Amino acid sequence: MARLAITRAPLALDALAGELEAATRDRGEGCGALCTFLGVVRATHQGRRVRYLEYEAFDALALKAFERIDAEVRGAWPAALLALHHRVGRLEIGEASVAIVAAAAHRADAFQVSRYAIERVKQIAPIWKHEFFDDGDAWVEGAVADPDDAAARAEARARACA
Amino acid sequence: MRVTVLLFARLRELAGAGEIACDVAPGATVGDVWRDVAARHPALTPFAGAVSCAVNEDFARAGAAVHDGDRVAFLPPVSGGATG
Repeated sequence: MARLAITRAPLALDALAGELEAATRDRGEGCGALCTFLGVVRATHQGRRVRYLEYEAFDALALKAFERIDAEVRGAWPAALLALHHRVGRLEIGEASVAIVAAAAHRADAFQVSRYAIERVKQIAPIWKHEFFDDGDAWVEGAVADPDDAAARAEARARACA
Repeated sequence: MRVTVLLFARLRELAGAGEIACDVAPGATVGDVWRDVAARHPALTPFAGAVSCAVNEDFARAGAAVHDGDRVAFLPPVSGGATG
């Protein structure tokens, strides 16, 4: 499967991790650390009970944002490898919306790359979360996406390396 | 010239359409396209300072020129908050 993807299908973290580990061996030395992250649908939001979520993406641009994040990772952690899949459509409580795998020779880089990737996804990927409650619904809106915002990028780096 | 405007998430809901044809003057910018669409769909106006823009699936600034046949996308703030 592709390392970077927007998909309507359930996410397969183990398969993604297995493929990334194999890719590091194909590339040369292999990896000693695989850091996996799953973002899942939470049952509550600010005290309200969530029934389900719908994720919407501008697929083509979101994939380009993922490619940009991947390039940023290659620049900062040249020996690491990243896989990043985001699911869209209706998701039930407990289902995974985003799967990240970071492969590196050692755990420090793997943890950092994983954290950096999710922070950047939240900042720049054109993906929107629509929450449905018992008594209404709401779009979750945070950052105005700007991939060239150096301050945002530095903030993601600082969080990753804290 | 004519461009296709793409709206997503809450902008799409507020305008009642995800895709809108828009006729603009030669030399028009992304910002001009936004003003035209917002004039026709005033519910979008509060988002003026809080949209990201893309032209043909690449992020673009409001001052970027558009060309006949371009696909101009307006994006409300994305979901990532301080804590996600």
